Amino acid sequence: MSALRDGADERLETPAAAALRAPPTMRSVVGALLRKELRVELRTFESVPAMSLFSVTTYVLFHFGLQKDTVTGSLASGVLWVTLLFASVLGINRLFVADAEQGGFDGFLLSPADRSALLLAKALALFIYLLALELVAVPAFALLLLGSSLAAAMPGLLVVLALGNLGVAAIGTLVGALAVRTRARDLLGPLLSLPLLVPVVIGCALATTPLFAVPAGGLPLRWLLTLGLYDLVFAVIAFALFDFLLED
Amino acid sequence: MATLAAVELRGLTRRYGERVALAEVTVALEPGQTLAVLGPNGAGKTTLLRLLATLLRPHAGVARVLGHALPEESWAVRGRIGLLGHEPLLYRELSARENLAFHAALHGVGAGAAERLLAAVGMERRADEPLRTLSRGMVQRVAVCRALLHDPELLLLDEPRANLDPAASELVEPLLGRSSGRTRVIVSHDPAGVLAEADLVLGLVRGRVALLAPAAEVDGAALRELYR
Repeated sequence: MSALRDGADERLETPAAAALRAPPTMRSVVGALLRKELRVELRTFESVPAMSLFSVTTYVLFHFGLQKDTVTGSLASGVLWVTLLFASVLGINRLFVADAEQGGFDGFLLSPADRSALLLAKALALFIYLLALELVAVPAFALLLLGSSLAAAMPGLLVVLALGNLGVAAIGTLVGALAVRTRARDLLGPLLSLPLLVPVVIGCALATTPLFAVPAGGLPLRWLLTLGLYDLVFAVIAFALFDFLLED
Repeated sequence: MATLAAVELRGLTRRYGERVALAEVTVALEPGQTLAVLGPNGAGKTTLLRLLATLLRPHAGVARVLGHALPEESWAVRGRIGLLGHEPLLYRELSARENLAFHAALHGVGAGAAERLLAAVGMERRADEPLRTLSRGMVQRVAVCRALLHDPELLLLDEPRANLDPAASELVEPLLGRSSGRTRVIVSHDPAGVLAEADLVLGLVRGRVALLAPAAEVDGAALRELYR
């Protein structure tokens, strides 16, 4: 291995292995970044437990604050989604902290890897965190507040959760990358992400309302399409801007 | 075949807001040579390294690294530069082996390189422990592995032997020292030590070039003037 060899060579006249090496594939880089992300989270428990605990506590507060044993329809939908939105902001705020504090950004920028790989891996990680949050938050919501059947609503709710998570992941990754490089990142993250996430909450809440109604209705296609379009637009914006956020 | 300069800077300037961190720095370094960058605190040494590493963009002047203009062709030199700075650029919760596997994937390098480097710096027995449990010297040894993992042509070293005991310094010598055959830019606060392994000396004071001379021609008086 040349790292261990002795003696100089004329590197620019005979290009070294590093110059000839093919850049790593997007798939391998995204895989490495995602593995690293999940490994760090599993060892620190900095994001998902905080998000889950926040959501359960909020549902307990709603349970007593609303002075109702059960809620249905638009109220149930609103309570579920506003709580998930605030819980997701906790995850967004933490998404890039380890990279900023431990030099992960510089380590990544020194490599020949495609910059978009970091966006994709972080968005996937946030999507997984949101799924883990919902595994705790949705049953807790059903137990503490929901007056209609969760089982009946579940197939439609899974579709809305998936679309909502995509939107939060795209917007959250973009905002997280922007906020973490500022001094006021704890303030800037929520300030930027909450307004951008309002359409996601509106779409998700309106799409979920019929599922929580008594009797339950079907999924409103119009709101699913609106959510899908909003997700797509922000995914494209995040893809277009992410490189600029990483560069000096 | 004519040899291109490994590093060529002409009138390089970099500001942080109103403050000028580097002003019109001009220097050229041939492949295989070592440039020692000296100067008091705040002279712009680390800024210079970060510019060469493509982590900062110049605000004026010309910077060519390994034959490519920065920042326009930064993509062409990333992966050919090894940076060893103040920060190890490693995740504290991951082990040395996991950190190096991660960086190997970013550079498209096989895992074998990491194992050989870990053995070379004497870290193979502690390679599965989280970095937060290791001493600073051990983390620095892992950082040396990280900087060399992709076999870089140009090494940018900021106090590379910081936190290393004499035995560890001896271990990394074949990897970072002159015998590695790599082009090196070394920032140091130990002028006597770095002069012995440098070909060229660049002295910076408040971002400006105060000294540029072959190492053999730099004497104690010139160094004292630099740090006055």
